[in-house]
Amino acid sequence: MPKNKIKEKPKVAFFDFACCEGCQLQISNLGETLLDLLGVVDVVEFREVMSEKWDKDYDVVFIEGSIGDHHAEERLKKIRSRAKILVAYGSCATLGGVNGMKNSFDIEEIRRYVYGDKANYFDVKPTKAVDQVVKVDYYIHGCPVYLPEVVEVIKCILRGVPYSVPDKPVCAECKLNENICLYDKGVVCLGPWTRAGCNSWCPNNGNICYGCRGLVSNPAKNQANDIIKRYNVNEKIKELGKDLMNKKFEMYNKAKEVLDEHKK
Amino acid sequence: MNIKNKDLDIKVEYVTRVEGHGNIVVNVKNGNIEKCEFHVVETPRLFEGMLRGRSIFEAQHITSRICGICSCGHSLASIQAAEDALGFKPSEQTTKLRKLLLDYEFLDSHILHIYLLAAPDALGVPSFVPLIKTNASLVKKVLRAKKCFNDVCDILVGRHIHPISAIVGGFTKLPRPKDLDNMIDILEGLREDINDLISVASKLKFPEFYRETEYVALVNDTDEYPLLEGDIGSSDGKRFNKKDYKLATNEFIDPRSSAKFTKLSRESYMVGALSRFNLNHKKLHSKAKKVAKDLKLEAPCYNPFMNTIAQAVELVHCYEHALELLKDFKKNGIDYSEEIVVGINEKGAIPTRAGNGVGAVEVPRGILFHNYEIDDKGIIQHANCIIPTNQNINNIEYDFMKFLPEIINEPKESIKLKLEMLVRAYDPCISCSTHYLNVEFVE
Repeated sequence: MPKNKIKEKPKVAFFDFACCEGCQLQISNLGETLLDLLGVVDVVEFREVMSEKWDKDYDVVFIEGSIGDHHAEERLKKIRSRAKILVAYGSCATLGGVNGMKNSFDIEEIRRYVYGDKANYFDVKPTKAVDQVVKVDYYIHGCPVYLPEVVEVIKCILRGVPYSVPDKPVCAECKLNENICLYDKGVVCLGPWTRAGCNSWCPNNGNICYGCRGLVSNPAKNQANDIIKRYNVNEKIKELGKDLMNKKFEMYNKAKEVLDEHKK
Repeated sequence: MNIKNKDLDIKVEYVTRVEGHGNIVVNVKNGNIEKCEFHVVETPRLFEGMLRGRSIFEAQHITSRICGICSCGHSLASIQAAEDALGFKPSEQTTKLRKLLLDYEFLDSHILHIYLLAAPDALGVPSFVPLIKTNASLVKKVLRAKKCFNDVCDILVGRHIHPISAIVGGFTKLPRPKDLDNMIDILEGLREDINDLISVASKLKFPEFYRETEYVALVNDTDEYPLLEGDIGSSDGKRFNKKDYKLATNEFIDPRSSAKFTKLSRESYMVGALSRFNLNHKKLHSKAKKVAKDLKLEAPCYNPFMNTIAQAVELVHCYEHALELLKDFKKNGIDYSEEIVVGINEKGAIPTRAGNGVGAVEVPRGILFHNYEIDDKGIIQHANCIIPTNQNINNIEYDFMKFLPEIINEPKESIKLKLEMLVRAYDPCISCSTHYLNVEFVE
């Protein structure tokens, strides 16, 4: 957790790596609250919406996107060396996210599939999450990030206290929202294995949980087995093919299999 | 203009206020332009490769993640391609709701680009942040409108960035009567602000630069301004069924960029608001036509900087069109029996079959293609996505080549800014085209 409590009007910057930039964009959806936020922090660099540049150290940097080539790794390390607090922002940064799906393929093969005989023009490495390259101080999960949580984490950073990512399954929030269980509707949902904190955003809108916030550290095994039994999940998996079920889990969580480099 | 002995060296690394990473490189020696290029330097993300082996029912979820700004557009193109491959016909209600969603996408994206990304150039500031002090009421109006467009999207599909309820087959949650009322109230509440914002747009000054190119957009034979469906049309008289999109785009690869290039009848073509306006302006809502007149936008317009103004015209069109759709739903009601549970189709709600499907949808930055080939179990065998920004990159470079000699005697900083402005006028979305933007001058 952060060692230095930061002074008034911290210098804040946003950086994007391989991603869709949707999590940055969420910031602009704060509406006029954005003006309040800009009243307490100095945003000194935010390439997507600003031309201003900053050449001194940063108090807080938000890193969006996953790390997918050599150049990106070097750039990230440089940013880390200039930042007091580093926030992994959004699933691509915290988990590798959807970019991690490419790690299920042979890198050379998938590069050739997309770019043909010109594949060598492009440097492609397996996808890594930010904490597989540098130390991360705060995590904001989600694809995209959930704005109320973003505001909560920013408050914690400004107060110099840690933020604990909820480590209970999405089901806990889904029940409170009184949704009909997706299993009762006959489909397999990743809610029982996925970290809460999004207020069960997808099930609230009739879709399944895709696991974008990563898996809970300690899934309730007995309850999960209950679900598997009660709803014939194994039968369904057989129908779908085991492969498709694994793929569901891998959609956001594949990259975390890469060696944690900074721990070496 | 004497540029005989001119040397110039510009390198803009990571062009700002665009979506993604791109560089501009300019190299002039003794008045000869040796290099004037726009490079995409985003890390390749290989979405098309990653889709292989996945269920067609997951394609929307994954491909909406190509881009955060136009994720609703990607969703709609993806769904259209998937349904085409599966031989599934959406209901009339579903199609109307998708058109509403696309209107919201245009509103949300255009307001962001016109006022937060492009306008600072015209007002001589590096971003909207200095405007908070000097033009507080403008910034507040823009942020309020942005939030409102985001809010109506939240009501319709769960959220604007990576929509939740719009999937293959239809919608997992349909708006209730009170949701319709809410959306109408939110939009109606913006009417005055939109009028004010349009009058701000009339004050934006853009460089006088003209280069006629080929303009490509969806076209149709009805009175509707085509956004969700249509044939591929061009100002050079070409017309293709969407299935033949490859005949229209003719993709090729160049080592400069991690994005692919396209061309049709000439060396390059343009897609986006200006192309749509040039091809389909007669079908715009009457209020949008009036705004075009007020903003002095006339078809055919050959100034690419006016793309931002064409977006302002479309902003009014989509605003009025969305309200008309909403009022129509309110009057005729919504059939809730159409609410679906498809998930990844465990319930077999939509029979799978082998097939090849194409989605061609106008998104804020231009025509977007998704193409999937699936096997009899609905597993994706091949995928191809052609993104508006990719189609524009080639055109941007040809613009550069005409524009640079016209401004070469200006100070370097001014040349640099104008080239960046030109790139920004296209509202490039580089995450989409893998991501893009950065100006290099070489002296």
